[in-house]
Amino acid sequence: MLDRIAALGRVTLDTVAGAGAALLMLLKALIGKPNVRKSWPLLMQQMYAVGVLSLIIIVVSGLFIGMVLGLQGYNILVDFGAEQSLGPMVALSLLRELGPVVTALLFAGRAGSSLTAEIGLMKATEQLSSLEMMGVDPLRRVIAPRFWAGFYSMPLLALVFSAVGIFGGYLVGVRWLGVDEGAFWSVMQANVEWGQDIVNGIIKSLVFAFVVTWIALHKGYSCTPTSVGISRATTSTVVTASLAVLGLDFVLTALMFG
Amino acid sequence: MESRNTQLAVGLFVIIGILALLFLGLRAANTSAVTSGETYRLYAKFDNIGGLKERSPVKVGGVVVGRVSRITLSGEYYEPLVEMTISATYNKFPDTSSVSILTSGLLGEQYIGLNPGFIDETVEMLQDGDQIYDTKSALVLEDLIGQFLFSQGND
Repeated sequence: MLDRIAALGRVTLDTVAGAGAALLMLLKALIGKPNVRKSWPLLMQQMYAVGVLSLIIIVVSGLFIGMVLGLQGYNILVDFGAEQSLGPMVALSLLRELGPVVTALLFAGRAGSSLTAEIGLMKATEQLSSLEMMGVDPLRRVIAPRFWAGFYSMPLLALVFSAVGIFGGYLVGVRWLGVDEGAFWSVMQANVEWGQDIVNGIIKSLVFAFVVTWIALHKGYSCTPTSVGISRATTSTVVTASLAVLGLDFVLTALMFG
Repeated sequence: MESRNTQLAVGLFVIIGILALLFLGLRAANTSAVTSGETYRLYAKFDNIGGLKERSPVKVGGVVVGRVSRITLSGEYYEPLVEMTISATYNKFPDTSSVSILTSGLLGEQYIGLNPGFIDETVEMLQDGDQIYDTKSALVLEDLIGQFLFSQGND
């Protein structure tokens, strides 16, 4: 019995310590005198790895999700003679929910896992210690550019996702199923608000970007420096980040649209 | 050289992102300048506003000229007072105009229909802060059914 209670206490302490370590890592990496000349090329490199290389998977999945929304929405709406509402249905579900959330999930799988694995391997091969030996702060040199790259990339990716998804819905709804083109766009414009829908979607994806990148970096930085440890950390990144995104999405939706 | 290509790719990525934002903003959302730009306010008291909400449109003959900006209760009888923000492009409504709360379609949202009134020498134009007195409340289904049953009982 006492062992059980002790085990519970240990888990609690580990969780709190882990959260504290993650916060400290982030603060140490981000707070400090910025050195634009040095950090700019690093940021560019990471933006390329994290953002540009994720573009293809985002565009392809956005197109297909938009097309599926168009098809499913049409089949339901046509029963009510309301197929002209297809435009706002596709646009609102993409802008408010699917754009930020699916982008964050794909980002966690595509970029988050690779960030964790990269940093975990750096740790396992003592590269982080070597940097410290040379007087370079690995948090500033390795963690910070990756964090900012993720933070800037994901909202852009989410916007691309939504735009491509709306185009996919347009292709299926208007080009294939014959919804009136003028009604598709004008009813969409009448129902989508700039501040309510687009800006809130961007805020959502900024929050997700922060959380996913942070989790990925911390899991890599704090992993056990063995092959098993790295593999566990990578899995844990994808699982934790996805759960955090879905949970936060509910909270944010309740705050914004509730 | 590789660093230059990287920068080029990132630059293109940012441009694509901004283009997506522009597409969403201009093509998908309504940024039409009905409530941005110059506006003025009109007030109207109703007995019952039904399902009218803030940001519901104010229409003249189906054309959106403004939006409901605030709904409060006023006076000692707690009558709903609706504040409407009207685009200054449409600033020549006579004070004989009337407003009614209408429903778009069978199940649609409720909006305010503004009917411009007649104009002669004694009629003034509505200014910022004026109140429209000729109002017609929202139709409430339960009231209608009640009236119907009542009139059936009389026959």
